[in-house]
Amino acid sequence: MTDITVAATGWPRMRRKLSDGLFQHPVLFLLLLLAPPLIWLGIIYLGSLFALLAQSFFYIDEFSGVVVREFSLRTFAELFTPANMDIVVRTVVMAATVTVAAAVIAFPLAYYMSHYTGPGMKAVFYLAVMLPLWSSYLVRVYAWKLILAHEGIISWFFARLGLSGLLDGILAIPIIGGASLSVSYIGMFLVFLYIWLPFMILPIQAAIERIPRSLLDASADLGGHPGQTFRKIVLPLAFPGVVAGSIFTFSLTLGDYIIPGIIGSSRLVIGQAVYIHQGTAGNIPLAAAFSIVPIAIMAIYLTIARRLGAFDAL
Amino acid sequence: MRAIRRGRVPWGLRLSATAVILFLHLPLLLIIVYAFTTEDKSYQWPPPGLTLKWFAVAWHRQDIWDAIWLSVEVAMVSTLVALILGTLAAAGLYRSRFFGREAISLLIILPIALPGIITGIALRSAFNIAEIPFSYWTIVLGHATFCVVVVYNNVIARFRRTSANLVEASMDLGADGLQTFRYVVLPNIATALLAGGMLAFALSFDEVIVTTFTAGQQSTLPIWMLTELVRPRQRPVTNVVAVFVISVTFIPILAAYYLSRDTVHVDGSGK
Repeated sequence: MTDITVAATGWPRMRRKLSDGLFQHPVLFLLLLLAPPLIWLGIIYLGSLFALLAQSFFYIDEFSGVVVREFSLRTFAELFTPANMDIVVRTVVMAATVTVAAAVIAFPLAYYMSHYTGPGMKAVFYLAVMLPLWSSYLVRVYAWKLILAHEGIISWFFARLGLSGLLDGILAIPIIGGASLSVSYIGMFLVFLYIWLPFMILPIQAAIERIPRSLLDASADLGGHPGQTFRKIVLPLAFPGVVAGSIFTFSLTLGDYIIPGIIGSSRLVIGQAVYIHQGTAGNIPLAAAFSIVPIAIMAIYLTIARRLGAFDAL
Repeated sequence: MRAIRRGRVPWGLRLSATAVILFLHLPLLLIIVYAFTTEDKSYQWPPPGLTLKWFAVAWHRQDIWDAIWLSVEVAMVSTLVALILGTLAAAGLYRSRFFGREAISLLIILPIALPGIITGIALRSAFNIAEIPFSYWTIVLGHATFCVVVVYNNVIARFRRTSANLVEASMDLGADGLQTFRYVVLPNIATALLAGGMLAFALSFDEVIVTTFTAGQQSTLPIWMLTELVRPRQRPVTNVVAVFVISVTFIPILAAYYLSRDTVHVDGSGK
């Protein structure tokens, strides 16, 4: 028997020796594979992230407006003032409302997709949810600027039905109302709901899809009313999917600053506060402290979600 | 199967499912109608008249073309970087079990899991500290960072479904590492790479939040769009650009879907 490797010389021979070496040293091979992505993400990304978070321990000199690079908790004291806590609470309430509403309207569609569509129709529905998810964020926000405008389609629709009074009545509600839909919390809520809804539909659909049909049949055979089957079988089994979807809707609403800047009341949310403090105000320490807030909230949220089994549903 | 019989679909369920689908799509259709409106001072509905004029106006706007080209260039380079880094990470992680593996996969997901504004100002303040001037390359740096995860998700899903024995068989039969990669691994993951690459391209092409912090004076298409959204100058031209963006992004998404139909759930949780 001839040894084929002996025949190879020069570059092919080197390549072969190299390949054999790597095959025999899987740890070295693994290191070589992981080094480039780890260097990129570890140095560029984590490095800048930690550099930012570290700056929250600096503070800004009130008189000169210059950032003092000394360890201090002064910036955090500033973060916990009532005005800033107001911003945090406002953002969290908005994120929670959007999440609950998204779950409520995503569920029927997810259920319909999983149980009442054949393979062909399922693909169509799937694409119908995917396309808005992946199409341009700004274009979709822009669409709502057109829809919610004072002279836009919603006002027109209410006027045609002779219900302009009703729309004005809704807008007259304190706090959530406003001069027009595009500067009210109702408008901001609708846009958030629209933009993040697909992120809720997909995990719920995946969770419902995994419920064995035999369970539903068994429940029906044992005399379970459809409502009972839904409450006692479908809902508990689909719940991890709801929690998984809520991670996206909650976190994305929490950190967004573009939508609140374009639609909604002029009061700030967390994202805008971060933006203003790092930009025009030049107060990087406070911006850094503010950006810890959503990270901390999400860390707590994810811990709870993990307990509820959401990660198995992703 | 009881549940699948069409006649028994509760009408309330069918109605609400249809309503949600309409809710997701009507706004996009509305923009298309607005691109033809003759009204240019407000967002008046219904449009007082229809015209094709704005398409011609948009076509001759150099600032739009510049923004489109910058976005395409940035997306191409970022996608290329993400393809390399994402594939390496997937190849390293799919079969090995070691301490810190979970931490690495978290690190890959983190750039899209954290709000974009945090990634954005973190990079911006790091560039400031390191005194790196804002340029085309700082935009790419930011985009590639969060595009890695899309490629990684697609490729690792494909690796999990292909048998590792193939690689060993190829090596046993005398192929070296490069040949094995070229003739065994690459054909296996090619469509996953294409799908991941297209989604990464779409993600970068559309990115606005991180870009506002990492771009200097340059304006990518989303930045252009954002400026128009905040301070509208010529509303119908923005409508035309919006229609252009919708049609351009739909193609790679549909293509990516058909290329990765078996790993669809992985794609869905990618963004």
